[in-house]
Amino acid sequence: MSMSLGSAVMDRMAAKLQKYNFVKKVNWGRAVVAGIPAFWLGLFFFVPFLVVFKISLTEAAIAIPPYSELLDWDLEEAYISIKINLGNYLFLFEDDFYLDAYLSSVKIAVLSTFFTLLVAFPIAYAIAKSDGSTRVLLLALVILPFWTSFLLRVYAWMEFLKKNGIVNEFLLTIGIIDEPLIMLQTDFAVYIGIVYTYLPFMVLPLYSALEKMDGTLLEAAQDLGSKPTQSFFLVTLPLAMPGVIAGCVLVFIPAVGEFVIPALLGGADTLMIGRVLWDEFFLNRDWPMASAVAIVMLVVLVLPIMLIRNSQGKGEAV
Amino acid sequence: MQTKSRFLTVTAGLGYLFLYAPIFSLIIYSFNKSKLVTVWGGWSLKWYSELFENEQIINAALLSLKIAFISATLAVVLGTMAGFVLSRFGPFKGKMILSGWVTAPLVMPEVITGLSLLLLFVAMEGLFGWPSGRGTLTIIIAHTTFCLAYVAVIVQSRLASMDETLEEAAMDLGAKPGSLFFLVTLPLIMPAIISGWLLSFTLSLDDLVIASFVSGPGNSTLPMVIFSKVRLGVTPEVNALATLMILVVAIGVIGAVYQMRRQATLTVKLDDK
Repeated sequence: MSMSLGSAVMDRMAAKLQKYNFVKKVNWGRAVVAGIPAFWLGLFFFVPFLVVFKISLTEAAIAIPPYSELLDWDLEEAYISIKINLGNYLFLFEDDFYLDAYLSSVKIAVLSTFFTLLVAFPIAYAIAKSDGSTRVLLLALVILPFWTSFLLRVYAWMEFLKKNGIVNEFLLTIGIIDEPLIMLQTDFAVYIGIVYTYLPFMVLPLYSALEKMDGTLLEAAQDLGSKPTQSFFLVTLPLAMPGVIAGCVLVFIPAVGEFVIPALLGGADTLMIGRVLWDEFFLNRDWPMASAVAIVMLVVLVLPIMLIRNSQGKGEAV
Repeated sequence: MQTKSRFLTVTAGLGYLFLYAPIFSLIIYSFNKSKLVTVWGGWSLKWYSELFENEQIINAALLSLKIAFISATLAVVLGTMAGFVLSRFGPFKGKMILSGWVTAPLVMPEVITGLSLLLLFVAMEGLFGWPSGRGTLTIIIAHTTFCLAYVAVIVQSRLASMDETLEEAAMDLGAKPGSLFFLVTLPLIMPAIISGWLLSFTLSLDDLVIASFVSGPGNSTLPMVIFSKVRLGVTPEVNALATLMILVVAIGVIGAVYQMRRQATLTVKLDDK
């Protein structure tokens, strides 16, 4: 009786071990190939967030590195102290400045994504309707600026929009305005910068959606008495929707955390959260506060984006 | 229908004008003799010679090229491994985590990546004494990490769209995993690896934010030098630099397009035969 009970238990354990792969021979070749990139990403991508979280719970201090110790111990005295400072987070929620910066980043990113869509749609449609070598040329012309330096493209707009820049000179010469418009260092310039920088991210998914569209559908709509505008909103746009969504996600993501564009094209009052984090770190030298901003940004901006991307289906957004 | 296509031509044309007007004005003014953008002082190559005499810019450009080359190469090795593991290893423990780590850097704001890596380097230096100080090495590590993700995604999608029968045939003929990868899979995914390398190289060459966080004194990359110059004001030699970079990229893209078209016509000819 006890024998059979024992063997039954053994059998169950063996089955359990089998199930969890404990007894399966480890394939070392596979383990090494998978382990190296996993180790790299774990150390240089995942662990850093734990460090940021830890430092967000400390206080700024005049020291090297400039923050207080979270954990303090003395083994001889048998003493361990943990000092957690929630002050940074409390300050984040108390001071309207940070909330305003978050909201303003989201607003700027949403509006500029919409403007990008407006500019990109005719371009993508024209490419999809052209054929042969024209199509290759038009596509190459959209992709080319993407391979040049992002920073220099932003700089090109600084030169273009400044007080004595070409746009102002042109408008003054033809007499539309009497004195130069202030365009640089305004929110307007930030919108232009974002639309300009991320235009290819919108054009390419739109183009691939429009390219697949069946032209006969438009003819059918026309035969049935649909006006061009009607056909556009009832046929073309719904068919292009996957491209519209993919493009909007691709533009919104980098726009919302943008630093360079608001720093160079925006004014002192252009609030964006990426810039707040930068200033907190480089100007105020408050590492714990910068860390707290990063953690909150991660929770309220990056996590929702990742969830949206996952629900949208893998591969499509890339 | 006629009015609609005219509307399309005009709006698309305006779109292209929007894309190229600032670039062309930058190129033209890089040849301007006068320092003021409003005053046309005649054609001149003055800013180009000044650019090549500017040691700060030249050194920064050389440093950036070196970092971009090493980071892109490392990223291609690690990224190809990650992409291969994710698409060819079947289900394994921790696959979800690895796949999350590979895609997350793509949506991470640069300021967060930069800050978190800097804090890691500082903490590691405190604990293990490595990396001692910050500079070229820490920038390379940071760039490799975010470029790796792009390479992995490109390689993964190439492998996913690829027919597995060639690899299966090689296995049936007795190829060991190592030779299978290097003799069959690698040549097949080479286009993805090359485009991953080029993308990584450009991303690294272009990065301002992450490099600013993780670099140390005396290790300014080209974007860092440009950024500080541009913030200070008039910088005609930056126009010259921009023109040169646009020229290099344009030649590269035109070459790629030409190559693509030649290949397309070759395939057509082969199909005809």
